[in-house]
Formats: sequence, structure tokens, C-alpha cells
Amino acid sequence: MLRYAFSRALSLAVSLIVASVVIFAVIEVIPGDPASYMLGLNATPEAVDALRDQLGLNGSLVSRYLSWAGGMLTGDFGLSYTYKVPVADLVAQRLWVSLPLALYALALSTLIAFPVGLIAAARRGTVTDYGIMGATQLGIAVPNFWFAMLLVLVFAVNLRWFSAGGFPGWSDPGAAIKALTLPAVALALPQASILARVMRSALIETLGQDYIRTARAKGLSRRQATTRHALRNAMIPVLTIIGLQFSFLLAGAIIIENVFYLPGLGRLIFQGITQRDLIVVESLVMLLVFAVILVTFLVDLAYAAVDPRLRRRA
Amino acid sequence: MKHLTLAAAMLALTAGMAQAQQDTITLGMVLEPPNLDPTGGAAAAIDEVVYANIFEGLTRFGPDGAVLPALAESWEVSEDGTVYTFHLHDGVKFHDGTDMTAEDVVFTLDRARAEDSTNAQKALFTGITGVAAVDPLTVQITLAEPNGNLPFNMAWGDAVIVAPESIDTAATAPVGTGPFTFTEWVQGDHVTITRNDAYWGAAPALASATFKFISDPNAAFAAMMAGDVDAFPNFPAPETLSQFESDPRFKVIVGSTEGETILAMNNKLAPLDDIRVREAIAHAINRQDIVDGAMFGFGTPIGTHFAPHNPDYVDLTALSAYDPEKSKALMAEVGEIPALRLMLPPPSYARRGGEIIAAQLREVGIETEITNLEWAQWLEQVFGGKDFDLTIISHTEPADINIYARPDYYFQYDNAEFQALIAELGVTSDPARRSELNKQAQEMIAQDYVNAYLFQLAKTGVANAKIEGLWENAPTQANDLTGVRWTE
Repeated sequence: MLRYAFSRALSLAVSLIVASVVIFAVIEVIPGDPASYMLGLNATPEAVDALRDQLGLNGSLVSRYLSWAGGMLTGDFGLSYTYKVPVADLVAQRLWVSLPLALYALALSTLIAFPVGLIAAARRGTVTDYGIMGATQLGIAVPNFWFAMLLVLVFAVNLRWFSAGGFPGWSDPGAAIKALTLPAVALALPQASILARVMRSALIETLGQDYIRTARAKGLSRRQATTRHALRNAMIPVLTIIGLQFSFLLAGAIIIENVFYLPGLGRLIFQGITQRDLIVVESLVMLLVFAVILVTFLVDLAYAAVDPRLRRRA
Repeated sequence: MKHLTLAAAMLALTAGMAQAQQDTITLGMVLEPPNLDPTGGAAAAIDEVVYANIFEGLTRFGPDGAVLPALAESWEVSEDGTVYTFHLHDGVKFHDGTDMTAEDVVFTLDRARAEDSTNAQKALFTGITGVAAVDPLTVQITLAEPNGNLPFNMAWGDAVIVAPESIDTAATAPVGTGPFTFTEWVQGDHVTITRNDAYWGAAPALASATFKFISDPNAAFAAMMAGDVDAFPNFPAPETLSQFESDPRFKVIVGSTEGETILAMNNKLAPLDDIRVREAIAHAINRQDIVDGAMFGFGTPIGTHFAPHNPDYVDLTALSAYDPEKSKALMAEVGEIPALRLMLPPPSYARRGGEIIAAQLREVGIETEITNLEWAQWLEQVFGGKDFDLTIISHTEPADINIYARPDYYFQYDNAEFQALIAELGVTSDPARRSELNKQAQEMIAQDYVNAYLFQLAKTGVANAKIEGLWENAPTQANDLTGVRWTE
């Protein structure tokens, strides 16, 4: 188990270094100068040059890469060009919106998908199964932003149960959770549809395995065989999907954050790109890469926990 | 809970009970300011939060664009026009409790015109050779040559008075002299400002105001409808304005801005260095189609680079009236030209307007190749690199016809006669002569077909019907809250 974990950790480190070089190179190549963006149409060339100096944009690419990467190792992500505050503070502030939102959506999606997938697999070929398959097909097909706008129209504009968006901060946890509810539902439903379908097919596949027949033959009921043997074996594809979904929810909620004007990581990255706040974009993308790699790493470890064969093989 | 209080409020109202006047407001804004220091960045969103609310200058713009006294009660000019003496208001304090004196004015202006200044409108301060504090309430500004525009220049958000003690934190915690103090900024969500009880002037009616940042047009619509924001002075979804107009809870505020929206042409690059090609393009454009198609009918057609609400404006639209036959005749004279590169920045007036213009130009046989650019790319390639044939852009700075006197400006109009005209304007303070020169300048650029002048950008806002005192027009980009109040 330890050797397995170590080999996974090594590949994690290598991925991070490669990612940092690629991110830096790509973002520096994009045309557009942050200083002239900030100073606008009437700026004199001297003022732009003075600002470039202040921002440290006049150094060579290599030295700028090294100071950026070196800074990150010591936890210093640099100073945002436009906001003029440390990137770490900006990200921490936004993480308090994005992380709870991602967890909330993931919890909803899992809570919906597990029972639904289980029922569909257990009632395979019945009307219930067809109904569930149809509903999940719809859930996958409907884009989450469209669904989000529908939720806003119904629950905010017409019923006025929720506000149309925004985030009041965590000083009042009740209000904060309420503000995250519509976005979490909008994010969770498509994810739940995918997860339920994966759950169903994984279960159906394992239910057809020889060991299930053996378990049934030794006297277990269909339900007992499913919960004791099939469920655990069906977990590997399900865990993979949950891992991917968490990464998606954390990094990919840009559109939902725009619909509900939530001050999350997605909005920050979007603003950073349009304003050419390169340091924010670079550090944030790096952080998201780190999060995705970390989640993958944790999912790898979780595989090993549910499947003893993986532990021995490594 | 919100509904209970709402229901209770309704009950109180129907019962005819006395009700406390609402004194807070939430305003929607499309863009979040990158920082809150108006002397260190060009973003209009900075001024939309801080101008006249947190920071004040020696002079200020009124709602109609007139230059009014602010921190300076009065000023006079020396005989030769090169020395301005500003008399400061007595008893003005910064929000941190320190006195605002002539020394702060000297610090502000010296900082803005310094070698390493990062002021986005540094040109406002060129020509100033010295700033001196005569006594704590008197400042003398010495100019290299007479400049009738100085009081106007001092009214800009980029020229507000700041203090040396607090300037280092201005980006995140601005300290000014205005009627509101900065309270908090939750980045990505909102900025809150609170009434300054120690304000030197008339106290505002509002106790506090919150600026909420909502960039998505659909979200802005939902936020207005749900009552999350009370007013949206620059509403991003003009297609929904008719819905607000028919709803008695709201009022729609349509005004004018300083934004001359133009189809800019690269005057030095063939084939646009030929005036016949530029004239052909100007006559090929049907302005009303663009206003209707791209702006949902909001916007006033213009024929030169000047705001129609300015008293000196000359209506020159007839000079470039829609006349496709004339365009075709001119193009027949010129002969075949290659497809022109039309570079479009992100605003919808440019993207939607660009499609319509491309279609209109095709009608007269001029082909275009459309490229959509992000702002940062546009600034680098079009504005900085002058690597374009045509582009659409709204010039939102007030009274900015003088950009045509800069031969290195991106559309590269180089006319010595025009430059002499602007130079004379700079040193003229007689109002009648200034007005005459402004008119001549407008006519000259229209006759030279420097750019195709499309329309004056409208300011379309939505507000709760009970709010009054919001600016209708936008002589500068600001949300001046000093006169805003709730009526019952």
C-alpha cells in the first residue's frame, strides 16, 4: 500500500512541474499587455512603461517563471496586477464560495444518484427502469445554465423564495447556504443523471458475475447479494466518476457562477483572463491543476481501499 | 423571513401607520472595479463607485456636464492666462480625520504629473509647470502656456484630491473627502459605502449604498425583477427594457453619454488613405439600421465626433447621409480594393453593429473580413499596433475631439490645419471664440471623412419607480449619489 501511494505521489509531483511550465508559457504567449489594459485609451506611453516596471513585467521570461514558481513553493502566489492584493487572499476568499458549492452539489448529486441507480438496476427492464433512464437522459441533455435560468425564473422572479443570485458571506451560515441552494441544484442534476446511469450499468454488470450467482446459490437473497457483494465491486467506476465530477464542479462552474453572480473561482479566472491579470490566472490555473491531480490521487487511493487486488499489484 | 417583513410592511402601509423612510440603496453594475484608486487606472467602474461619492476634485462635473466648484470654492486666472489661483473650501476633512489643505493639492498634482506616474489620463496634467501652496487654503498652478481647459481637466476622476498619508491603501481602502466613506469590499460581489457625517457640504439623503456586480445580462434582469437591486444605471439587457417600461414598479431612464461610437478607419494604410474610399464607406452606412439592429433603438445618429447634447454640436449627418449609389460611384472611380479587416472588440455595439456594417458595405461592393478580439488584444493590436483597417469603438471621454490632433493616435489622422485649430482652442478662454473653434473642428473632420460617425451611445438604466435623483445623462462615468433619495 505504501509503495503504491509513493508511486502515485511521484507521478503527482512530475505532473505539477510539467503543468506549471505549460501554464506559464501558454499564458505569457497570449497577446495583450496588462499595463495598457489597466490604463486604457488615453494613457501616455511613459505611464504604461512606468506601470510595467512597477508590475515587474519588464524582466526576462525565464527569471519571471523562476520567481513565480519559486514563490509558489513558499506559499507566495504574488500580487494581483489589477486588484493589488495578494493572489492567495483572493483565492482563499473565492474558495470559501466555490468549495462549499462544489461539496454541496456533489452531496446532492450523490444522494440523488445512489438510490436512483440502485432502484433502476434492481428493477431492470421494468417501467420504473425505463422511466428513470428517460429522466436521466433528459438530465444529461439539458445544459446546466439553462436549468439554472429556469430555477431563477421560477423561484426568484416569480415565487421570490430565493434571491436571484449573489452571496451574502458566511457571517450568517443560514443565508449563505440558502444562496448556494439554487446553484447547487442546477449543478447537481446533470451530474446526478450521469452518476445514476453509471451506477446502474456498473451494478448490472457485477450482478451478472459468477460470484453473485454463487452468493445467490449459497442462499443469499437478491437484495443481500446486491448490498454485500455487487455494490462494493460496482464502486470503482462510480468513484472514478465522482472524482471527475468534483474536479469539474470546483473548476468548471464558471457559467453557473455567472448566472448567479457568485464570487467564486470561476468568476475570478474569467475576470483575470479578460483583464490580463496574468499572475492571478497562472496561479489559479496551477491551483486547479493541483486540486484535480490531488483528487485523482485520492481516488487512486480509494480504489485501493475498495479493491485489495490493486494494493498487492503495485 | 424576508416575506414576513415584507408582509408586515404592507400591513403597516395599508393601516396608514407612519413608516420610516428607506435610506439605503443597492445599485447594480456590470463590471467590478479592479481597484478603487481613480488616479491609478482607466477602468470606468472605478469612477462609477468613487466619483463624487468618496473622492472629490478641485472642480467637478454636474449632471449636465457643466464644470462646477467642488473642493475649490472659486478660482481666478492671471491676465496672461498662465497662472490659476484656486481658493479651497474651509474646514474640509479627509475620512481619516486629517485636514484637506493646499499641501494635499500640491501632492496630488505633483504625483499625477511625475516621471513615474501611472495616471491613466496623464495628458490632463501636461503643461503644468508648477504647483504651489500659497497658504493652507490657496493653491497656485502655473502653466507653460494658457490653457482654458484647466478647470475642466481638474473635474475628471483622475484628478481627484488624495492625501499622502492614505494614498498607499487607496486601491483597496480609499480615503477621500466626499459625502460617503468606504465601508467594505467583498471582492467579486459588492462594495458598500456609508454616509460621512463629518462631510463639509450638504449631507446626502442616503445612509448607505451598495454596488453589486452582475455581469450577465440575464442575471441582471432577474436581479432587478426579484428586487435584489434597486437600480441598474447602465442596464446590460436593452432588449428587456420594454418589459420594465410596462411594469409600474420600475422606471426606465434613457439618457445620453459622452460615447461617440465610430467606425474608425486607418487613415495611413492603403486603401483607406484615399479619401474617396473613406467617403464611400461613410455613404454606405445606414445609421438608423445600426441603432435599431444593434442597440434596440437607443442612440442618436451623429455626423461628427461631438456629443449632440453639447451646445456647440453641429449636425453634420447630411454630409455622410446613407447613399449607396454615391458609394458605388466613388468605388467605381477608385477601382478594385482588397477585403478590409474589420476588428471588433467585445461590447455588443461593436459585435452586433459590425455584422450590420459588413452587410451594408457588401451592398456597395466593399468586402470585409471580421475578426472578434478581446479587449486586451484589441488594445495591443488595433489601438497600440495600428494593425487594422476598420474597427468599431465608442470614445467615452468627454470633449475628446482633440484626439484628432494626435497624428500617432490609432486612426492616424494627420492634418496640420486641424492640429493648429486644436492648439488655438487650448489657449483660448473666450467662450464665443471657443465655440467657433469647436464647430470648425467638427466640420473639418467630417469633411475629411476621417472616420464614419455612427451614433452617440445611449445610457439606458432601470430603477425602482420610487427612486429619484439618479443621473439621467453621463457627462462622465459616475454614479453620483449625493442627490439620490427614496420618495413615497
